[in-house]
Amino acid sequence: MAVEKFPVEGSHIMMFARSVGDDNQIYYDEDHAKGTEPGKVIAPPTFAQSSAQFDPSYFLRPKVGEDWFGSGGSPTGVKREASGGGGGGGGLHAEQHFEYHRHVSPGDVLTATVKPGKSWEKEGKRSGKLMFSETITEYRDQSGELVITARGVGVRTERPVDA
Amino acid sequence: MALSASNLNVGDTYTECLVEDLKRTQIVQYAGASGDYNPLHTDEIFTVEVAKYPSVFAHGMLTMGMTGRMLTNYVGDGRLTKYGVRFTSQVWPGDTLNSTATVESVEDGIVNLKVETTNQDGSMVLSGYAAAKVD
Repeated sequence: MAVEKFPVEGSHIMMFARSVGDDNQIYYDEDHAKGTEPGKVIAPPTFAQSSAQFDPSYFLRPKVGEDWFGSGGSPTGVKREASGGGGGGGGLHAEQHFEYHRHVSPGDVLTATVKPGKSWEKEGKRSGKLMFSETITEYRDQSGELVITARGVGVRTERPVDA
Repeated sequence: MALSASNLNVGDTYTECLVEDLKRTQIVQYAGASGDYNPLHTDEIFTVEVAKYPSVFAHGMLTMGMTGRMLTNYVGDGRLTKYGVRFTSQVWPGDTLNSTATVESVEDGIVNLKVETTNQDGSMVLSGYAAAKVD
């Protein structure tokens, strides 16, 4: 997802760390963080994924005045071409890779630029034909330095994956 | 509390329980924090009746995030240089996950790890790798 401005904020890092069950104080306690090797609050390793919050057109967030495909009292019948996935081309998320050039902290303001990667097909045992597509996201800081390189692979299936 | 190259051997392992009896509420928490509000993860009616899955299921990135906690607890804060995974099976509410990092090599101040997360049936739900700076 392309994002023009992703401000890294302490409360967002705290909520993200809680959601992955991580109570490491370096993610919320500045005083504790001062005594650690990084010397300040940093973000957990997969935090960059939450840049979705700052993508104005992110398609997996309900938006004011637009139909949403999730249920209300009952299913709404609103169709989405692909029902999601953080990996890139829609469908389910198959792979995710991060390279850390440095770890981000509150106060950083990132941009994310997206480049399409490879796409390929495979015959799946549990879900028919699998269509994979890759996206590469480069996160840069306020100085234009590359801080994180992310590569996501999304997969679309012909039918739901058997449980 | 970073790792020291001189104390690491190929084949060393570190294991943590990531979650016991995964709650739907934790999946909702992850949706809210990450911004991925796909109803497949939080909306049982949509997921069962429309998408035809047996129930809502966790974001792959939630499993990757919890597995990342095991890694940072092992290698220390701010030490990871690479972390990548494949999502090999879905993770469902009620699952109990364990994750293991195995040392594959130590060279030039970097430890390379194999990363595997399995559920209560022993099925692999995530497989990948990580690299981290060591002293």
